[in-house]
Amino acid sequence: MKPQRGITAIDGAIALIAVLLIIQMWLLTATLEAYLAGHPEPILPAAIISGLIFMACAGLFFLIHRIDADVKTREGRDESSLH
Amino acid sequence: MKELNVKHRPLWRDEFSIDQATDLYVTRRQFSKFLVLTSLGMFAGNLWILIRNWLSSRPSFQPQPVGTVNDVAVGGVKLFSYPTSEDPCIMIRTAPDRFVAYSQKCTHLSCAVYYAKEENRLECPCHEGYFSVEDGGVLQGPPPRPLPRVVLRRDGSDLIATGIEL
Repeated sequence: MKPQRGITAIDGAIALIAVLLIIQMWLLTATLEAYLAGHPEPILPAAIISGLIFMACAGLFFLIHRIDADVKTREGRDESSLH
Repeated sequence: MKELNVKHRPLWRDEFSIDQATDLYVTRRQFSKFLVLTSLGMFAGNLWILIRNWLSSRPSFQPQPVGTVNDVAVGGVKLFSYPTSEDPCIMIRTAPDRFVAYSQKCTHLSCAVYYAKEENRLECPCHEGYFSVEDGGVLQGPPPRPLPRVVLRRDGSDLIATGIEL
């Protein structure tokens, strides 16, 4: 992958993580509010959804690392060919 | 020239690169790491609430006399505390044989609600949240939930609070 395309892909992944994080923040505050009000019904589904969102974020994080590694490998090949 | 190969390049050359393009990668990588750790924190928070909910026991309410039938006229109001002195409640006599009682704390920001006889509803003066006298449901305004209802039992002329329905 070319470095500029890699940067664009990483920016997209970070934007997606940020959106997921905002949803997760809302989920946590809504769950806490319901729990403190004595309504435990949404607590379990909220925990499951939060876990799924975390896994999605972790997946995107590993994608970023993979893109990073691809770019580094390409850079290494380019540097080797120059010398 | 072998040292330029990526596999043999020391880590510090990646993390403190003099090359601007590589530096962009480093900052983005670290920022994404920070975001994912924040996501982990949010998940841990949800798990903490779940565990607290599992471990906490359900509250049990002791029956407590709150007054007699003659204390309140039809359309009248009596204030009392239940289940503890820190929990203000409001009782309304809506008909000769009908009494309803609710927590007096508004479910929005805990301001004290009062009975508006003309409109036959409970009103919160802070943000104009209105509740139904019949079931405590929200009629208008920002409160997210109905008022908790105090369960009343009539024992002769005595009125006894026996629990709270959320």
